[in-house]
Amino acid sequence: MALETSDIQNKLVDNFELIVRDFSQQHDIFSFEVDSTSILEVMQFLRDDKTLRFNFLTDVCGIHYPDAEADRQFAVVYHMHNWVDNVRIRIKCFLNGENPEIDSVTSLFLGANWQERETYDFFGIIFKGHPQLKRILNMDEMVSFPMRKEFPLEDGGRTDKDDRFFGRTTDNC
Amino acid sequence: MAEELIKTTVSSEEQQIIANSTEIIPIMSDLLLPPELRYADIIKQRQNEDGSELSILNLGPTHPATHGIFQNILLMDGERIVEGEGTVGYIHRAFEKIAENRPFYQITPLTDRMNYCSSPINNMGWWMTLEKALNIEVPKRVQYLRVIIMELARIADHIICNSVLGVDTGALTGFLYVFQFREKIYEIYEEICGARLTTNMGRIGGFEREWSPAAFRKINEFLEEFPPVWEQFEKLLTRNRIFMDRTINVGPISAERAMSYGFTGPNLRATGVDYDIRVMQPYSSYEDFEFNVPVGKSGDTYDRFCVRNAEVWESISIIKQALAKMPEGPYHADVPDYYLPPKEDVYTTMEALIYHFKIVMGEIPVPVTEVYHPVEGGNGELGFYLITDGSRTPYRLHFRRPCFIYYQAFNEMVKGQMLSDAIATLSSLNVIAGELDA
Repeated sequence: MALETSDIQNKLVDNFELIVRDFSQQHDIFSFEVDSTSILEVMQFLRDDKTLRFNFLTDVCGIHYPDAEADRQFAVVYHMHNWVDNVRIRIKCFLNGENPEIDSVTSLFLGANWQERETYDFFGIIFKGHPQLKRILNMDEMVSFPMRKEFPLEDGGRTDKDDRFFGRTTDNC
Repeated sequence: MAEELIKTTVSSEEQQIIANSTEIIPIMSDLLLPPELRYADIIKQRQNEDGSELSILNLGPTHPATHGIFQNILLMDGERIVEGEGTVGYIHRAFEKIAENRPFYQITPLTDRMNYCSSPINNMGWWMTLEKALNIEVPKRVQYLRVIIMELARIADHIICNSVLGVDTGALTGFLYVFQFREKIYEIYEEICGARLTTNMGRIGGFEREWSPAAFRKINEFLEEFPPVWEQFEKLLTRNRIFMDRTINVGPISAERAMSYGFTGPNLRATGVDYDIRVMQPYSSYEDFEFNVPVGKSGDTYDRFCVRNAEVWESISIIKQALAKMPEGPYHADVPDYYLPPKEDVYTTMEALIYHFKIVMGEIPVPVTEVYHPVEGGNGELGFYLITDGSRTPYRLHFRRPCFIYYQAFNEMVKGQMLSDAIATLSSLNVIAGELDA
């Protein structure tokens, strides 16, 4: 592997200082957190830098953390891939629960278009500057954001699936 | 071809309602309007400008030529496509939401139903993701067996895509001829796991049972009988004047655009980029096998067809190598915490009974972790992004579905082309509705 994770970390810290933080290696992917206000610059840097060359946006998806503090209720996760050195990275941006907003990266990667629409559709995360931010998989008339944790999948009154009967607490811990 | 023309008269009240409904969205854009309204404006404008009479054509959602439930509202100039917008989600089944509420072993049937033309690849990809999260090492033999079944699935996937492309350009013969071999592949699946289409194959750490001698016999028969048939199929179409005229320069995309759009798999390789996860990040011992990554040049329908044809030959070669090098060993990893004990033992030994109960109830030890595992699916990088919180269900499971990501380029690819070319392009992209919508 030509491009070491320490190089990625150093380059990012040199250029962005505290905007990028929490570097860690999770299994085979190097991950870090980026300030949600700066995702566009960081991603552009990752894509255009001569040594980093993260040319491919593999995946965009959202996560809901209802138990986290107000500023970290939602996360948008980006997977990027450098095809020259074959290195993958994962970028996480945490968003406010009241007003989840982040810049759209469609200007950098066309493929982000539908993936951001999907994330909006399921989590209600607003991608600023997206050309066509409307629902994609669910019907347009829908008012809720179904992948949020408070949206129930099945009848909450069922007792046959009560975890307490199996030695677990209700939050499965 | 059955086509339906939509009348597009929009009353002023309707337009008012639409204007109101989009107010909550911060960025007002024409693109947020339903395409038929947008196109109605363009039609009027163009008529005033140069007197041309554009029309709107509703293609789909249920149309025999689209092989799945896709709707495309197209703005047509005669038979040429001026613009189009696709609607997806007709068979959205909320797999990601369901997955958050199911123990791990109940998620495999969900993965079956994504790309149902090659479900074993989805199943194996899911097990490998879990094994990565749970730190399970699987025996070499299991890895080789997985390679065999995944390559068979890839062949089945490419058989469908390429032969149906023949059908869409007017050649039914090739389709009927090679389709019997998809049937033979399904018989192999049946021998291994009992199911044919939605296979639900394998377990954490390996397979549910040893492959029977009949399974190996059928694989060997397939390897003997299929190559001459595939050769004939190729001869029927590859240098066929009509087929070439219908597919060359139809629905092309450049390598740069394709990468920006997130293309992977045969559709990307047809543009000349040799990105294949089996080579880039070998999983399940793909590094042990010799194979080429076929690439195209112009990224058009013909190149996609040729790349898939060539990949079938590579898959056959990989299966042959795997059979020849097949190591001895167990058919599953020795992980009693995750792998169900034999049923006889459950009735007779205490330990097996406890493990059986715990696994069935979903009480397995799960580390808190995050994993992303990609596999080379039938039409691109199929990725599983799993976040666990130590409970029996995933905290979040996201499927990176190649179809969903590259289908967004479809309307750009067919812009300016004939309607019948759009059909050929759609079928050569191999968009599987189940994977598109998840």
